[in-house]
Amino acid sequence: MNNSVTRLMQGIRKNHFLFEQLVHRDFTQKYKRSILGMGWSVLSPLLTLLIMKIVFSSFFAKHIPHYTIYLLSGNIVLSYYKEATKNGMSSLVDNAKIFTKINVPKYMFLLSKNVSALVNFGLTVLVYFIFCLFDGILFHPRMLLLVYPVLCLLLFNIGVGLVLSAMFVFFRDIRYLYDVFLTMITYLSAIFYSVDRFAHPELFLLNPVYVYIKYFRLIVIDGKIPSLPYHLLCAFYALIFVAAGGLVYRRHNHSFLYYL
Amino acid sequence: MKNHEDFASRGPEEQAGQSGGAVIACEHVSIRYITGDFRAIGLKEYLIRRLTGRYKVREFWADRDVTFRLGRGEMLGIIGSNGAGKSTLLKAVTGIMVPTEGTLHAEGSIAALLELGSGFDGDMTVKENAYLRGALLGYTRAFMDEKYEEIIRFAELEEFQDYQFKQLSSGMKSRLAFSIACLVNPDIIILDEVLSVGDGAFRKKSGDKMKEILASGVTGILVSHSIDQVRELCSRILWLDHGRQVTFTDEVALYCDAYEEFLMTKKLPKDHAAVEKLAEGHLRRKRREEEKRMQEALKGAGGEERR
Repeated sequence: MNNSVTRLMQGIRKNHFLFEQLVHRDFTQKYKRSILGMGWSVLSPLLTLLIMKIVFSSFFAKHIPHYTIYLLSGNIVLSYYKEATKNGMSSLVDNAKIFTKINVPKYMFLLSKNVSALVNFGLTVLVYFIFCLFDGILFHPRMLLLVYPVLCLLLFNIGVGLVLSAMFVFFRDIRYLYDVFLTMITYLSAIFYSVDRFAHPELFLLNPVYVYIKYFRLIVIDGKIPSLPYHLLCAFYALIFVAAGGLVYRRHNHSFLYYL
Repeated sequence: MKNHEDFASRGPEEQAGQSGGAVIACEHVSIRYITGDFRAIGLKEYLIRRLTGRYKVREFWADRDVTFRLGRGEMLGIIGSNGAGKSTLLKAVTGIMVPTEGTLHAEGSIAALLELGSGFDGDMTVKENAYLRGALLGYTRAFMDEKYEEIIRFAELEEFQDYQFKQLSSGMKSRLAFSIACLVNPDIIILDEVLSVGDGAFRKKSGDKMKEILASGVTGILVSHSIDQVRELCSRILWLDHGRQVTFTDEVALYCDAYEEFLMTKKLPKDHAAVEKLAEGHLRRKRREEEKRMQEALKGAGGEERR
């Protein structure tokens, strides 16, 4: 018993160091050639926001209060989801040379990729709050609850990343199929329109990304705390994908090798 | 299923039994590989092939019913021609692969030196890469902090620490990899064609380091195409042919002779007598070559005298 506890502690310490080093490497790789560096990851959702604001304001702004924040809520959550899962997808294939030679826990590569996406997201959230101030939305302690959907989103992204990275090992065209899927998600997540006009707006809750976006809007724009079932729904999507990803990794842990 | 090795099984297994628990116990291990053109096809193509019944995966056994036990301080040389299943077996010992059948136990920390140069990041500095590799090998930060100087000194890269990794020559890269992997005291060391790293001077140094590690009571597995290296370093021989175990034995000299002869004649020995015959054949061949060389040398000397 004591022995297994110390072994677990050793395992955590060991992997902790590996995790740090992988994160360090991913950051070096990511920002080595871009002058803007991290700035770009903040700038890019803002540019999207600007375009959407210009194009869609005349259609939707009348019916949606705080339309800029409405747009921005959707954009930052969606672009975090996109970045985390797209980076995550290649995490196994990119590191094939390592784990076919050295026995390391393979999910570490995905986790480290998720860190840089999370850091970027953190920066965009800061910008988000600055925009809120300009739009007359002041800080309220309620907003601290946003930690919850972010945590769920992090888990959700990790889960989806696990599934995608495994599939990418088996089928290399997943990259293109996933791009198509992302375009679909973009239009189905009610980024720039409101779901109220649909006959069955609750159907949008089948889309996890929309669920997380809506949480942000409820807290920040509507000033309401979502219901308990809504919280459970957020957690449900996160956990189901983490479980699915974990299962795929456990089942194929040793067969990835044949495909690389 | 052990009949094909009966003639050789008397030595080592008894001894391993005497020395108590084996450090590596490999019992009837078989490893199946799948191949086919599934790697290149995407999801769309896969679904179409599945639906039309044209999806085919070929299986083959890289290793079939391999059994050996190694006690503490023993060094195993795995011999066999290309495609014999040596590297696959090593991957199973390190835990990168799992046996399809049979069981494989390895006790203690394993340092595996397989294809040293790969897996580094070209844009990071030498120091960063050293730490990354250390982390991948399961070292702690404290350990790396303590050993880093030693690693760099051993790899003779003191002046290159802040260079980007891609600026190093390939010899330097493998020197670094070798140093990181070797400056630990593992319980088990696995060497796949790595004893020839870098230039002559470093090769001697790495060879010495290797011998020092081996002398410390480490258990090891060596795969090498240099049969002389196997003769020099190994106390056990595992001979594989097309995934099947020809023998596991401690009669190193005899089997190395036989193996060298096998490489010429391509005839696998059926029993111990055949092995001895093969070995004799090899010795005869060597004597003949020796005599021929002597005669030529004499002839040459004679020619010079005449002049």
